[in-house]
Amino acid sequence: MYDVVRNRGLRKLREYAAQCLIYTAVLLISAVFIWLLIDLLRGGLSHLSWEFITELPRDAGRAGGIASILVSTLLILLVAVLTAVPVAWMTAVLLAEFVATGSWFGKAVRFSLHVLAGVPSIVFGLFGNAFFCVYLELGFSILSGGLTLACMLLPILTSTAEAGLRAVPHVYRLAASALGLSRAAALLHLILPAAAPVMAAGLLLGIGRALAETAALLFTSGYAERMPDSLLDSGRALALHIFDLSMNVPGGDEPAYASALVLVSLLLGINILAMKFAYGLQRSKLMS
Amino acid sequence: MPIDQWLPGILRAGALIALLVMLFILLFLIGESWPVLSKLSIVQLVTDSSWHPLEGAYNLMPMLTGTVLASTGALLLAIPLGLASALFTVFYAPSYLAVSYKRLIELLAGIPSVVFGFWGLTVLVPLINQWQPPGASLLAGILVLTLMILPTVTVTAHAALAAVADELVRNAAALGLSRWGTIQGVVLPAAKAGITAGIMLAAARALGETMAVLMVAGNVVQYPETVFDPVRTLAANIALETAYAMGDHRAVLFVSGLLLMGLIMVLSAMAEALEKQQHV
Amino acid sequence: MQKFLKFLIVYSFCFVVAIGYATQLGAQTKGVTQRLVVTGSSTVAPLVNEIARRFELAHPEVRIDVQTGGSSRGITEVRHSIAAIGMVSRALKPDEGDLRAFAIAQDGIGIIVHAGNPVAGLGRQQIADIYTGKITRWNALGGTDARITVVHKAEGRSTLELFLDYIQRKNSEIKPHVIIGDNAQGIKAVTGNPQAIGYVSIGAAEFEVRRGSPLRLLPLDGRAASVEAVRQGVFPLSRPLNLVTLGEPHGLARQFIEFARSPQVHDLVEAQYFVPVNAD
Repeated sequence: MYDVVRNRGLRKLREYAAQCLIYTAVLLISAVFIWLLIDLLRGGLSHLSWEFITELPRDAGRAGGIASILVSTLLILLVAVLTAVPVAWMTAVLLAEFVATGSWFGKAVRFSLHVLAGVPSIVFGLFGNAFFCVYLELGFSILSGGLTLACMLLPILTSTAEAGLRAVPHVYRLAASALGLSRAAALLHLILPAAAPVMAAGLLLGIGRALAETAALLFTSGYAERMPDSLLDSGRALALHIFDLSMNVPGGDEPAYASALVLVSLLLGINILAMKFAYGLQRSKLMS
Repeated sequence: MPIDQWLPGILRAGALIALLVMLFILLFLIGESWPVLSKLSIVQLVTDSSWHPLEGAYNLMPMLTGTVLASTGALLLAIPLGLASALFTVFYAPSYLAVSYKRLIELLAGIPSVVFGFWGLTVLVPLINQWQPPGASLLAGILVLTLMILPTVTVTAHAALAAVADELVRNAAALGLSRWGTIQGVVLPAAKAGITAGIMLAAARALGETMAVLMVAGNVVQYPETVFDPVRTLAANIALETAYAMGDHRAVLFVSGLLLMGLIMVLSAMAEALEKQQHV
Repeated sequence: MQKFLKFLIVYSFCFVVAIGYATQLGAQTKGVTQRLVVTGSSTVAPLVNEIARRFELAHPEVRIDVQTGGSSRGITEVRHSIAAIGMVSRALKPDEGDLRAFAIAQDGIGIIVHAGNPVAGLGRQQIADIYTGKITRWNALGGTDARITVVHKAEGRSTLELFLDYIQRKNSEIKPHVIIGDNAQGIKAVTGNPQAIGYVSIGAAEFEVRRGSPLRLLPLDGRAASVEAVRQGVFPLSRPLNLVTLGEPHGLARQFIEFARSPQVHDLVEAQYFVPVNAD
């Protein structure tokens, strides 16, 4: 009898200890996160203003704003997205609608995308430098950076789009063929619109990933901080600007905080929008 | 209809590009590292006295050690914290708290690595410096990496825990098992494969992370004796030296890129195998 | 369907705006016909940046891109024809006979510490002892009782080569705590850590001191580290700042080099705390 009571006591204790540990961990994480957020806000808000967004950087970024950097970032993103989206979505449609899962071509494509998804961004940077900058002689340019990012985006865009297409009920396809619609018409008018929100979410996540990228751009798009005149100019992305300010510019912490705040809020907006689009789909699938 | 005849062809061309990109990257990496793979022996990358490329010494081991130590350290911290977070959202928290905590973790996942690095540089490094100089150290790298991979561990563990059939949990409760008893005896074993897969993904992410570690770890090529010693990781080394490397030195950097890619591919293959195992 | 339409409209709008901006940028710049890429030493880059701005004012059809990364990068990229002109902050070595060097200024390398550091000055032997780990605490040198944080340059930087030459040690003998790249990064590392010691271009250091950074240049072997000492040719660690080309320069590159060596830019050279050279 005594033993049972003792056991129950022990079990209660264990139960309590587990709960305590879990709550401590959660509190710890929340505290660190809030600490980080407050630091960002406190460091950034004082420096942030409309002029900061619209002016050109001066004095190595210590003064002035980030206008030219935002333009470069936008151009890099544009190149990356415009190049990657057609390829990725075509691949996704093919994989989801036309190719049997077991066929060798489908397997090969899927495998290659899987490998691409695992390549660390610095290795993309190495490749981009060797191929786009040196081999194709594009030099340090927005074009090189954008194309490097496009390679990086391929797997994310494809896998999200494929997931979206596969989530479209099979009845749609049956109904379409029963009505005598061509496959192309069914795809265009029924299946793609049904999959659009998820594809959009994937696109947004891809843009977010590209926006946050630093390592792959370090030696592909270079870091000239001036307003780019063409796609062949070197342009500094926002993430790289934060890196440069914090590492290479004495007294650059203030503008770095402000730029970080801009970047984080941009990413936040994009992520929230993506989550909205992907509401039906498993979030975890997109997050990992 | 004609469009149906040529549509697959066009799509196939698109997919072919995706396939070629991968082959191209692989070929280029191998091509660029060929001088080392063919001329210098691979053994040299392990047996050379140190990493001083301008003196012709190419020992990658200190940096490989640095990479592994930083990632392992980060995993040791992130696994319990992430698992606790996931358990909290699934079993402990009232629903409104669970939802807002999940949002918080998702927000954390959205913060780019360069911002973590910057925060580590301006906040963590000076703090550690006051305690144990020089501040820029393995510890700083581990802490920053932990923050970065925590969301991955949490989100995947959450998915795995939530996927454990309700029925199992209810049966356990009906048998009079306590909450922790249920978790320990029923839920964790059932979700083990999924959680491990998430950990593998997190490990892959930690291995490949460049900027955040580069900014806080001090970047001295050495075997650290304590966590307060600075280290350099493989990825950081590539970022630091690619700009000016020539000849064999450049080739060695490409080899380290290949090595990193290989490590990560192994990890993600393992993660995928585990995921499949869980779904069966 | 409606959601899809909305999304489509929003997105095409974004793209149109962005593309419009891009083309407008293109239209603005139809005038730019010539481009010159200059890469290399972070010591020379700020000066060349200023010279390039002035050159562009006089020649609106020219655009000059200046990138840093160290002297070795300058040499590598000139040899690979990625850059037309390299910036090298030392004299050329015997095995660099394929290159032509044009000095645009003189500079020195100074030892820097935090402004709050009480140490008065250091000799060559003391510096060598600090950098090889024989002296690890400041009180051995008349400073406070704190561990010295040794800030060292990454390989491939000519500031590092000259410094090693001066203390007559090989890079593999150095025991650093933090590895830095650009001069500014070294200055940042030292201003952020009262126990740190580093070495950077005197021009860059004086520029930062005048800006009010908490930084001090230490006298070296009893000689004050200043632009004046470099000008008089008495400072033990002096060097030329060079622009280099692969073979004889032609066309625009030649024009730019001549401009950079002319008296028209002497005020810019002095504004960066370097010593101008006389081209003839």
